[in-house]
Amino acid sequence: MKKTEAEAMIIAKGLTKTYGDFNAVDSIDFTVRKGESFGLLGPNGAGKSTTMKMIAATSQRTGGELMILGKDPNSKGPEIRAHLGVVPQQDNLDRELKVWENLMVYGRYFGLPRKWLKVKIEELLEFAQLVEKRNSKTDELSGGMKRRLTIARGLVNEPEILLLDEPTTGLDPQARHILWDRLFRLKEQGVTLVITTHYMDEAEQLCDRLMVMDKGKIMAEGSPAELIKKYSSKEVLEVRFGSANNAQVAKDLKGIGTRLEVLPDRILVYAENGEKCLEQIVKKGLHPVTSLVRRSSLEDVFLRLTGRTLVE
Amino acid sequence: MSIDISKESKMTWTGAARLVDPQLSIRRGFLYVAENRIKNMLKWWPAIVAFGIGNPTLYLLSIGIGIGSLVDSSLGPNAIDGVSYLTFLAPALLATAGIQGASDEVTWPTMEGFVWDRTFFSMNSTAITGKQIVNGVMLAAMARCVLQVFMYELCLLAFGAITWESVPILLLVSSTAGLGFAAIMLAFSANIKDDDDGVFALVGRFVITPMFMFSGTFYPITSMPIYLQWIGWISPQWHATNLGRAMFYGMPVEPWLLILHWSVMLAMAVVGFSWAHRVFERRLSK
Repeated sequence: MKKTEAEAMIIAKGLTKTYGDFNAVDSIDFTVRKGESFGLLGPNGAGKSTTMKMIAATSQRTGGELMILGKDPNSKGPEIRAHLGVVPQQDNLDRELKVWENLMVYGRYFGLPRKWLKVKIEELLEFAQLVEKRNSKTDELSGGMKRRLTIARGLVNEPEILLLDEPTTGLDPQARHILWDRLFRLKEQGVTLVITTHYMDEAEQLCDRLMVMDKGKIMAEGSPAELIKKYSSKEVLEVRFGSANNAQVAKDLKGIGTRLEVLPDRILVYAENGEKCLEQIVKKGLHPVTSLVRRSSLEDVFLRLTGRTLVE
Repeated sequence: MSIDISKESKMTWTGAARLVDPQLSIRRGFLYVAENRIKNMLKWWPAIVAFGIGNPTLYLLSIGIGIGSLVDSSLGPNAIDGVSYLTFLAPALLATAGIQGASDEVTWPTMEGFVWDRTFFSMNSTAITGKQIVNGVMLAAMARCVLQVFMYELCLLAFGAITWESVPILLLVSSTAGLGFAAIMLAFSANIKDDDDGVFALVGRFVITPMFMFSGTFYPITSMPIYLQWIGWISPQWHATNLGRAMFYGMPVEPWLLILHWSVMLAMAVVGFSWAHRVFERRLSK
């Protein structure tokens, strides 16, 4: 067996999930290695969550091959799930139970002894910085606290792979940064992370390697830096001429930069040097209402690949 | 609460491969689910005990003693089946308690598990399967059912309606009725998609209440016109009531009918479990 295969935690070949005539996931191939932080990036409906459910061994594939921890989830679902940690898109904490009880009952589902769990729960509460909230009911927690508790709960069995489906959706920026910090610590600890997100900054922060999905297919795969280098330019100039004028002005901008993208509210000029492009535009007698030169991001990669923005 | 990002948190890490034995959950998963359900139930223990004691007490005072006095004074003290009206009534009230107690623990918790808190999905993200969730929820429901029937029995004993010797058999009969009905209700509840939309209120009004009224609870089923008796025949309430009366004070019942009473209640349980297993597995894998 090759080294990469020996270290592979997840191997998907031609993985397909069909609902009637609709291909939610359309024959995708990917491998996730031990200790890696692997991201599934794409807009709503791209097939990320469906892929995640198949990896979580709760939804059976309709085609292709899938091996998780060396086992087939269609026949060994419970065995695989016993060694996974899952953070679902929607918190599913037990509202009747206190914070520590949520961790206890979840740990019991894995058959872990109460005595061992009592010690583990203290560690997890500290990790999630919820020590002071141990006796609170989950309804009394903020959205960020609930997410941290859900992540702590997903770690109770010390999983070999932690699956996080949209871990920070709906959270304010501060809460997102706190969560990123916690997830980064897990990554440092060697936990394999699989993350779905439609936030490019989250993907750039957390993922070693990304798979960009759209309409059930893989559009691109690589590290954030590789993807940006391959599919975008070094810099992007954003110019706004007013939403009614952008399309018309764009015709006059042809030849400036390596590529143009006209969005309803702005024009993106892809170039190695954004400032130079802005000078060229002004020389043509065109005066944008606002202009901004920035580095290329995954958002630009996605726009290039799909013609759509990530968050719609 | 503010959070200190720079704060180090030390976490020991053995790893699931060495820590978790999947076979343990595969064998005992239903027990872990029942453990969770009982933990939830304990949050409501004052309400469960108050209902378990208060409900029968009020019933026995109003119906058993109030109407019982009227019946006994009009028809004589042993007019129905040769026993007092209160004794005649006791097995039926216990069957109701069993059905009600078990149903309470499968209807709302199933909505909570699939719709409100989605806790069944969190259980299923571990090694626990849909079938184990069904079995665990039913096990906990039966614990509540047995407790509720037993509390009712204590009240009946206090009112002199039953004897200590009859406690085990009446407990068994009433719990079997609870098992059959709850299994069907569990599968039914698991089919409700988004919110209950008043479905449980409809079930209460058009299934449980008629079952209670027309199953020979207050008078022998044969007193009713034949076109109403079918409600009793398909109701676990009637089967448990008739069986309880036969086992408790020896109401004359044909042997084949005794077998039928047990069979109907157990058949309901088998159908309910099998239906619920299918629905849970399907819904959790979507």
